[in-house]
Amino acid sequence: MADTVKLTIDGHEVHAPAGMLVIDAAKLAGIEIPAFCYYEGLTLQAACRMCLVEVEKMPKLMTACTLPVAEGLVVRTETPQVAAARKYMLEFLLTNHPLDCPVCDKGGECELQDMAFRYGAGESRYNETKVHTPEKQYSPVVFFDAPRCILCYRCVRICNEGMGVNALGVVERGAVSEIAPNHGDHLECDECGACIDICPVGALTSGIYRYQTRPWEMTHVGTICTHCSDGCKTTLGTRNDRILRGNNRDRSGINGEFLCIKGRYGFDFYDHPDRLQAPLMRVNGKLEEVSWAQALAAVAEKFKQTIGAGTFGIVGSNHTTNEENYYLQKFARSVLGTNNIDHHRTGDVVTLVDALSGKSGALATVADLCERKAFLVLGADLALEHPLLSYQIRANYRHHQAHVYVVTPKAVREDKYAAATMRGRDYESLRDKLKAQPELVILFDDSYQGGELRKLVDFGESLGIPVRYVCLVDYANSRGAIDMGLTPELLPGYQPSGQSGLHLDEMLAAELSVLWVVGANPLENAARKSGFLVVQDLFLTETALQADIVLPAACAYEKNGTVTSGTGEVQRLKRAIETMGAKPDLEIIGFIAREMGAAAALGPWTPDAVFEEIRKNVRGYDVAMPALSTGGAAQTMPVNGRVAVPGPAGLVRSDRNGLFASGTLGRYSKVLNSVLESRLSR
Amino acid sequence: MLYNEPSPLETRVLSRRFGMAHSESIETYLATEGYQAFLKASKMTPDEIISEMKASNLRGRGGAGFPAGMKWSFVPRTSPKPKYIVVNADEGEPGTCKDRVLMENDPHQLIEGVLIAGLAVDAHAGWIYIRGEYRYLIDIMDRAIAEAHERGWLGKNIQGTGFDFDLYTHTGAGSYECGEESALLESLEGKRGVPRIRPPFPAVAGAFQCPTVLNNVETFCAAPAILLNGGAAFAALGIPKAGGTKLTCLTGHINKPGVYELRLGFPVKQMIEEVGGGMRNGKKLKAFIPGGSSCPVLTAAECEGATMDYDSMAQRKSMLGSGGVVIMDEDTCMVKACLRLMKFYAHESCGWCIPCREGTAWLTKIMTRFHSGGGSPQDIGLLGDIAKNMLGRTFCPLGDAAALPMISIVEKFRGEFEDHLNGKPCPYEHSNRMVTA
Ligand SMILES: Cc1cc2nc3c(=O)[nH]c(=O)nc-3n(C[C@H](O)[C@H](O)[C@H](O)COP(=O)(O)O)c2cc1C
Ligand code: SF4
Ligand code: SF4
Ligand code: SF4
Ligand code: FES
Repeated sequence: MADTVKLTIDGHEVHAPAGMLVIDAAKLAGIEIPAFCYYEGLTLQAACRMCLVEVEKMPKLMTACTLPVAEGLVVRTETPQVAAARKYMLEFLLTNHPLDCPVCDKGGECELQDMAFRYGAGESRYNETKVHTPEKQYSPVVFFDAPRCILCYRCVRICNEGMGVNALGVVERGAVSEIAPNHGDHLECDECGACIDICPVGALTSGIYRYQTRPWEMTHVGTICTHCSDGCKTTLGTRNDRILRGNNRDRSGINGEFLCIKGRYGFDFYDHPDRLQAPLMRVNGKLEEVSWAQALAAVAEKFKQTIGAGTFGIVGSNHTTNEENYYLQKFARSVLGTNNIDHHRTGDVVTLVDALSGKSGALATVADLCERKAFLVLGADLALEHPLLSYQIRANYRHHQAHVYVVTPKAVREDKYAAATMRGRDYESLRDKLKAQPELVILFDDSYQGGELRKLVDFGESLGIPVRYVCLVDYANSRGAIDMGLTPELLPGYQPSGQSGLHLDEMLAAELSVLWVVGANPLENAARKSGFLVVQDLFLTETALQADIVLPAACAYEKNGTVTSGTGEVQRLKRAIETMGAKPDLEIIGFIAREMGAAAALGPWTPDAVFEEIRKNVRGYDVAMPALSTGGAAQTMPVNGRVAVPGPAGLVRSDRNGLFASGTLGRYSKVLNSVLESRLSR
Repeated sequence: MLYNEPSPLETRVLSRRFGMAHSESIETYLATEGYQAFLKASKMTPDEIISEMKASNLRGRGGAGFPAGMKWSFVPRTSPKPKYIVVNADEGEPGTCKDRVLMENDPHQLIEGVLIAGLAVDAHAGWIYIRGEYRYLIDIMDRAIAEAHERGWLGKNIQGTGFDFDLYTHTGAGSYECGEESALLESLEGKRGVPRIRPPFPAVAGAFQCPTVLNNVETFCAAPAILLNGGAAFAALGIPKAGGTKLTCLTGHINKPGVYELRLGFPVKQMIEEVGGGMRNGKKLKAFIPGGSSCPVLTAAECEGATMDYDSMAQRKSMLGSGGVVIMDEDTCMVKACLRLMKFYAHESCGWCIPCREGTAWLTKIMTRFHSGGGSPQDIGLLGDIAKNMLGRTFCPLGDAAALPMISIVEKFRGEFEDHLNGKPCPYEHSNRMVTA
């Protein structure tokens, strides 16, 4: 443990670890020292001068944000001199500030307002003209209103240090200094909006949220991003059943305050005009709107007729909840009597679980990314495909100098700070360097599957150091789909299903009596072969267009349940808004079961009840409820024991969405399609 | 080139080659004991060199007056990192123009000073950071560096001593703040010229995070004389605690403005009357800035008995600064002079920290309004107040440099502010002014 030093802050004796800054040590004693530019995790600036405190034996006021604690230090944070410094610092800040709080997006949650309220003077002594510059748009996402900027440089730092993008800088100097894109007059960056959220004032505003509402008029709902498998928590601000913004300013999730463009703004597909509002049924060759009752009755009828008389195929989803997936496979296996169930696999988790059988703790968690000392990144362009994981490894490097090794087909952002980087697949040449590390986390994409993946695990296990693995998968519940047994060969919890059914490609090729697609678009580039096609989806996708019956489904932000991130954290989705017409897939499946008279055998179809069953029946999911139910993440631990039936080769295909695409959903997101970079990256 | 006649009252040590034919050439330099101090130092241990520097009582000539020998001794010589020498030739302080004449007339003296510092801290490379406006001086220094390379006074194994050293010029990016040592280092590294948080100081983590000796041109230029004649001899030229001579730039309403090398402790009165040839047009002295615009202004009365050294100026709550003396006569409008200073600081504030960025701009706006007749009695108090709210609370000393003259002018010349009230025309507007705001 680090040495502890004893100091006095406002008369309280504080014991703080050596090296800690006075501003943080004060927090230990419950004393808040005001700050704008100091921001945990980012480099020190000492620019805003809000944190000035009196220190005994020092002639001048000192910035608590740069002063390390020292034995016997005597600090005072509330003397008249300190109070005056704060008051006048705010006076300086407000000289050129437009004070347009009534129309400012930040009004109500603005740090400058809060500070002025607590420490500021009641009146202004400033009688001169203010510097005014017109508002600028830097991208469809990022707007900048220079007069509101207090130059705390948080945006510059989060972009450069946090995101590794370095898109923002400062131009000019003195009172006309301005935050500006480093790329001329516009941004070319990740468009993540981290700069906007970190801005203490309303200088950076978002093209999606600006001028929509006042913050206090919204309801804030913490849920999980429905795009990639990284599992970021996003807090949706809603009003009148409309989602107005996403952020995670309370840092409550596994992602802290991190979100990429999809988590922060990519919710907008939910009210796309093409969203399905009512069930559709094919009448005389054309899809026509029908009532839920009609549609459900027709599906139930068809299913009942087919049981025992024909063949079923079920395609599940990478986006639906664990409860929905579990319920769907249970329905398939126990009511429809088939193992013909699969989904679009985007990473070879099954082979990894098999190759690691007998070992515990070999699957890396998201915490490992922040803490472990060495990483080997294989294949993936993490910054584009797994933005959170990339962010965490970068933070680990910045704070703990993690050693990162990169073996990828093309240049990646990690190259910049990697201990070694190479193009191709020759990770074995890193053997000596890796052996010298105390521990290692290996992250690999779908280009490592089957035999290649077994070779990789053999390599990892031969290094003689603790090695953990992350099998990168694409979507919000890709991992949960496998864990919940949406595969013909495995039941929930990686238990062999006995007699394997048809896998995805076989089902699409076979002339099945009924194909039931729940939240997927497997026929995007293919014609249907099945006799009857039922599709549950948000949109009339290429697959839905070929259906006999289409049931409009709720999206992740419109329902409750749980999803499991690629690194195995199970987290809760919380309904943020009500839907018109569409229903959660779990409900739809339940209603079909009820219509068929099979509901009793399946049990209730509420998310809580199904999750209880998952906790009991699915290996690894017996997680503690308190964290989960309060919006935290619970770690699942599936690995232990051999998976007897490895999946067939070639089934695993990542969509390689990058930052500005997200499978079918991404096509319906205005923001993802509007940013310059999404065109550049195509 | 020299810009003024030398004065017999000067003590010419650093400027002793000024006025010689081709004083900037390596031939002249070598013919006048040039590089002998380096050869002598190359036979000494680093500790011996540093103790000569300490004995000389040489204090930094860039403005802050930190003892040079002490600064060199802070460099961790055993650090595995390379060590660097950086010459601060940004010379941006209003009223200051001495580094320019030193480089223009005797560039090799600077190179030799750098080499001595290199020996003292085991550095093998250095940069001269020259303000961009001194374009022609960059050419002069580049030429001198090339000559030194040709004659084997720079490069590998200098004169068979086994010591290697490479020296480069670096063009400043046009900002006063880049003369502040840590902003200079940022700028040298190709970044925006804003200061760094200290500690660590440059001696420990300077250029490219490596241990660095950073001094003013004049400070380095004193090193050859110190090594050649001994630290004690140099110290004896000055007064206790402040050794040697100082190049003093006499500017303003004086008959013989120019750069003069004077012993530390030289009486102010004598400097004005004898060295500078007295006040122009026989006018009376009104205000005196001892060492560049960042120092508090002294009144004529305060100049009584004052001497040009650190302690005497500190007693009068001002500073010796960089040696840029500004002399203002009785016809000077102090409000306008103050406005001119504030404009300078507002223009030069790097903008990094709130009090300086906003304070200098605010002061300038009030002063502009005030000087043009739009002032109110409250403004006078407000000006002093704003400056006091900046003082000691800014990130780097530029904020103080702006606040101090403001505070001192309001305090000492309050009457002149009152004269401007109520839309009265500036009472000095007709006069022969040195300031154009
Ligand atoms: C705003 C500001 C501007 C400065 N400009 C210069 C300059 O132009 N030249 C210089 O030598 N020192 C300048 N200094 C002082 C340097 O920070 C530093 O103290 C000096 O270069 C150290 O050298 P010395 O010890 O030899 O004086 C400046 C300081 C400040 C705060
Ligand atoms: S835009 Fe916001 S975050 Fe960026 S410097 Fe200005 S106030 Fe700080
Ligand atoms: S990194 Fe993934 S989970 Fe996180 S916000 Fe982006 S798309 Fe969503
Ligand atoms: S005092 Fe602050 S704004 Fe002024 S020059 Fe120094 S760092 Fe920049
Ligand atoms: S928080 Fe310390 S200076 Fe900004």
